This record gives sequence, C-alpha cells and structure tokens, in this order.
Amino acid sequence: MSSINSKSFWRRIKSWPLLLPVVALLLVMAVNIIHDAATGANPLSFFLVSLKDTTTNGTILYGRIIDIINRGSEVAILAIGMTLVVSASAGTDISVGSVMSLCASFMCMMLAGYGVSSTTTLAVPLVIGLLAAVVMGLVCGAFNGTLVAHLSIQPMVATLILYSAARAIGLLLCNDLIVYVRNPSFAFFGAFAGPIPTPIIITVICIVIVSLVLKKTALGMYIQSVGINAKASRIAGLNSKLLIFLAYTLCGLFAAIAGIVASSRITSADSNNIGLYLEMDAILSVALGGNSLGGGKFNLAGSIIGAYTIQAITTTLYALGVSSIQAPVFKAIIVILIVVIEAPPFKAFVNRMSAAKAAKGVKA
Amino acid sequence: MKKKLLGAILSAAMVMSLLAGCGSTAAETAAPAAEAVEEAADTAADAAADTAATVEEAAEKVEEAAADTGAAAGGNIKVGFAQVGHESDWRTASTKSCQDVFSAENGYDLSFVDCDNDEAAQKEAVRSFIEQGVDYIIIDPIIATGWDTVLTECEDAGIPVIVIDRTIDDSDKYVSWVGSDFLTEGKAAGEWLKAYAEKQGIKEINALIIQGTIGSSAQIGRTDGFNEIAKREGWTVLDQQTGDFTEAGGQEVMESFCKSYAGKFNVVVCENDNEAFGAMTAMDNAGVKYGPGNDVILISYDACTAGLEDVKAGKITADFECNPLAAPTVEGVIKTLEAGKTPENQILVPDNWYALKDQIVDFAVEGNAQKMIEVTDDVIAAQY
Repeated sequence: MSSINSKSFWRRIKSWPLLLPVVALLLVMAVNIIHDAATGANPLSFFLVSLKDTTTNGTILYGRIIDIINRGSEVAILAIGMTLVVSASAGTDISVGSVMSLCASFMCMMLAGYGVSSTTTLAVPLVIGLLAAVVMGLVCGAFNGTLVAHLSIQPMVATLILYSAARAIGLLLCNDLIVYVRNPSFAFFGAFAGPIPTPIIITVICIVIVSLVLKKTALGMYIQSVGINAKASRIAGLNSKLLIFLAYTLCGLFAAIAGIVASSRITSADSNNIGLYLEMDAILSVALGGNSLGGGKFNLAGSIIGAYTIQAITTTLYALGVSSIQAPVFKAIIVILIVVIEAPPFKAFVNRMSAAKAAKGVKA
Repeated sequence: MKKKLLGAILSAAMVMSLLAGCGSTAAETAAPAAEAVEEAADTAADAAADTAATVEEAAEKVEEAAADTGAAAGGNIKVGFAQVGHESDWRTASTKSCQDVFSAENGYDLSFVDCDNDEAAQKEAVRSFIEQGVDYIIIDPIIATGWDTVLTECEDAGIPVIVIDRTIDDSDKYVSWVGSDFLTEGKAAGEWLKAYAEKQGIKEINALIIQGTIGSSAQIGRTDGFNEIAKREGWTVLDQQTGDFTEAGGQEVMESFCKSYAGKFNVVVCENDNEAFGAMTAMDNAGVKYGPGNDVILISYDACTAGLEDVKAGKITADFECNPLAAPTVEGVIKTLEAGKTPENQILVPDNWYALKDQIVDFAVEGNAQKMIEVTDDVIAAQY
C-alpha cells in the first residue's frame, strides 16, 4: 500500500513544474554544507539564523540565509515585472537596471533638492520622493510599452533606448554627483523593520499582491494567451496591445520599487552603479525559473526562485572565499550547469534513461 | 487614434529629453572651430610637404599650425578631458578641480566627457576630441591596457596627451602622467598600522581587505603596497574581496566577512571611503565595534570630506589620501608645453595621511619619515 502511495508521490513531484528550479537552488546551497563539513565547521552553519543585538537597529535576524533573501530582493522584484513582459511580448525589457537608477536618482534629487550633494534633512516629505520614483517608473514603463505595443518595435530595440538613456538622465538630474540622503526615515526601506530586513517585507508584499491579482482575475490568463498568439487573442476579443502595454508599465513600476530599495540601502543615489547589470540577472531569473523566453505560459514562483538562486550563488562564492578575480568564472559554470539540467533535451535524456532502467527491471 | 497620438507624443518627448541629455553645447560650438583648425592644418601640411624632407617634420609643423590657429580662433587653449565617471566623491572632486582650473576665465575651453566607467565610450571620447581639434587631451584611463591605437591616432593628429590618476601600461605615447602613487599609499597604510599596533600593544594582526575594482591601478597599488608590509611583518590577511569602489559593494562584502570571520579579525582595510561607508553599515548590523578605542581598526583610502567627517566622529581609524586635485599640476604641464619645453614624464601629486590626535604615530615609508595630519573641523572644511 505504502509503496503505491510513494510511487504516486514521486510521480507528482516529477510533474511539478518548480522541481528543477528548486533542485538547482538546493544544489547551490548544498555546496555550503560540503564546504563547512570539509573545513570542520558545523555543516549547517550556512543555514543557521540567529538574533543579533546591534546598537543601530536593535535586535535583528542574522545569518547567511537572511543575507540571500535580503540581498536578492531587488532581482526578485525585477523578476516579477520581467516575467510578465517575457510572457506577454516574447521579448525582454533590458532597461530595468537603468530605470532603477533613474528612479533612485529622481527620488534622491527630490528629497535633497536639486544640486545638493549631501543632506541629512529632507527637502520634501518622504512620500513625495517615493511617489516621484514610482511615477518615473510608470512613465518609463509606459514609454517602453508604447514603443512595443503600439509601434510594434522589437522589445530589445525599444528598451535599448532607455537602457542607455535612463542612467544618463539620472546623472543630469543629480547634477553629476552622488546624492547622499543620510536620513533615518529614508534609510528604513533598506534597513530593518523590527528584526526583519525591510527589503524582504517589500518583496513579499509585491509577490503577494501580484499573485493575488493573477489568481483572482483573468489577467494572468490574458497575458499568457497574448504571449502564445497575439493575433488569435485579439480575434477572441482580448485587447492585445493594451495587455502588452500594461506588462511593460508594470515592469517599470517594479523597477522603481527595486530602485527605492537599492538606493535606500546606501542612503544615496549612486546613479552610476545602482542596478548595474541587474537587467541581465532579472532575465536570467526568468530563465532559471523554467520559463520560456519565447513568451506564453509563465510561472511567477519559478522566476522568484531563480532570482534567489542567483543571489545564493553570489553569497556562496563570498562564503567560500573565492577570489574576486575567479568568481565570475565560477558563477558562469554554475549557471551553465543549471541551464543544461533544465534544458528539454537533457530532461528527455534523463527520462529515456530511467525508462530503460525500468524496462530492464521488468525483464529481470 | 487618440491613443496612438498620445503614444507618439510620449515617445517623441522621451527622445527629445534623450537628445537634450546627449547633445553637449561644447561639441556644437567646437565644431566650426575644429573645421578652421583642420583647414589650417591642411594648408600647413601642403606647405610643409614642399619644404620638409621627412614626414615626421611635416607632422610637427601640422601640430604647430594647429596649435597656433587653435589659439588664434578663440584665444583660449582647447582641452579635452575624458573622465572615468563619477562613481565616488573622489571622482567628483577630481572633475570639479579640472573644471575650475580649465575655466574660460583662466583662458581655456574645456570639453568634458563623463565616460560612465565604459572603456569603449572613453576611447570614443578621445577620438571625438581629435575630431574637434583640441590642443591637449587629458585622459583618466578606466583600464590600463588597450590604449596604443588611440594614442597613436592622437600622436598622428599632433595632440599631446596627458594621463592623470590611473595609469596606461601598454603605450608610452603620452607626454606626462600626473597622479598619486597608489603603491606608496598602500605601504603608508601598512607602515602606519605597524607603528600604531606597536603603540597600542596589539600583537596579532588579522586583516580583511575590501578591494577596489579589480584591475584598476588604485586597487593593484593599494593591495600590493599593504600586502607587502603584511608579508614582511607576518600578519594574517584572512580574505580579500572586491567591493568595486562602491558603498553597496562594501556593504555586501563586509556583511559576508562578518559571518565568515566572526570574532577573528581586528583590521578592516577599505580601498576607498565609499566602501568604508558600506562596511560600517554592515559592521553595525553585525554588532561589530570599530574605530579608535574599539576592537576593529578601520583603514580607508581617499580621504574625501565625508571620509574625514567619519575620522572625526571616531569611526574610521586612519584615512590615507589620494589627492584628486591633479588639475593645477596638469596646468603646469600644459604651460611647460606651451613654452616649448619638455615636462617630466612622471609627476606625483602630494598626498596626506589623516587621523585623530591619539592615532597619529610616527612612521616611515621606505626610509622617508611621514607626517600625519590631525583631523579638525578646519581640515574638513578645507578638504575638497
């Protein structure tokens, strides 16, 4: 009896779409267990979470797992928007990193006042600064959406404009300076809410809202159907252009939120470095999550797991003490391994092998 | 239809702002002047070809002609400056120093390009200076290699190149290099630490290094200089990782260091002030106490205003300056060239070392006694 149950359990696991992304994430983390055991430390020290007393933030959660979830916040937030864009338009938004930087610069410029490079007091209420960032994100997203949906420009070309321009506009807004806003109320979004890092809370709120909207409304299905066949969806009565436009606008919104978090962490607008190369990490998270970059069906949870996998790799390389010169090579090797494991021909190969094994067992 | 119109207007507005961002007024005003220079250079080249025997001499004449017409066109000396970017306060100070020195009041036309840490963009910027026909080109090279082709083009155009701050390793086709000696900065930090540790009775040094952008000459010099002393004194360098000269990078690396080496380190070396700001946040969040009188000695480089404020506040134990005010020295080089003389190939901008009174100790770098400066409000106000 129990054997039948376990068999159906395995079958269910095997058909679970998140199986491979989760396995990849666990594999990356398993490296730390091996390393800790080999160096004689507690094998689970990587996973231990403790409470730490600090003079600046009170008692906070402390541990590498917390680091991964905390530092992975920006990419996870970006990955939400990127998943929608990939699904709806079968293209990627490569401007999110630059838009993050632009939103952060715009916000800090509002908070500090134009031309001010360092301040501890806010020139305008914090809410106005946050709204400024959100509005800027929406405008950038709408711009991308218009180019892709209404002018039918290739997504990569359309978003290439803001990829190169947004960071530069941010520089102009900040008068070519790093604008420091060393204010505790602004620092909150990158620091701690009680014992929990605020970026984690912000990410969870974003994920919950988006999943609820996708579950409770037909928006998710609409976006997928537009991605699978925009023409057929239109004939079926969906406003394909509006849906694509919406996906890009939301992507801009999430870039703004990621920008707020990134800039609040360092209480400054470092327009040269905020969100640098993060568009690539966001696209990679979508791919690592088992989503096809060809559009159509998507799995939001997969993208989020993908985002944390990327951060887990970075944190693991720090923990192992891999030198900065070699780290990118190791990162590349791990990513190649994960992508190969998740590739359809490899999956088919594994299935064939297990089928052959099963056939042998039957013969014997 | 309305929506389409709206879309078109929206995109047009964005493109306009893009153009406004990229179009530099300097390039527009410089264009006619550049044409004049080119024409003059052409005629000079023709004249020179008749009289001069070798191509080299002709090139020299072109250079002179270009310089003459350049000076005659606006009366101002045209200078192109390809800056790395504005990743730190140090960089901003360097940019401002150049803009102040090479101002219109001082008789200069400055074409300034912020290259945003993009090495390809920087080479493009240098080529655009050649097209504009500037008299002198100042480069702060983002990376040390791959410069020979571009510098040969400058040489062919007869424009003297002055390299500042970071170095160029694979070409010698520039007049002078003006900057700080990063190796000496690293050694100074090491020698100071040795003297300070002796004074405090600290026997064992376990250091963590947050490096700058890997491959930049500041990172190489500071890492090598400090590690040289560490090796000589038998100190332990537990780990070194890059924070890319940014606050976010310093934060993330230190966050990891605090977990990997909890309770094992007593020295943290950050290769610029911004990394130190990030490292301080990370140490705060890990409950690690740093600065004078605490367990962990925090060493930083650059000594920008914000960095010195943290020295004053008792957070950074010692800060080793890398003087960003290279422009006055560069102006000296240009004046030497204008006078027809050859400037020195390597000119060092003097650096200072900063700490609070109790942290000031006597030390020597390679036999040269060093003088430290005590950080006071006056010193901070005078800093760039």
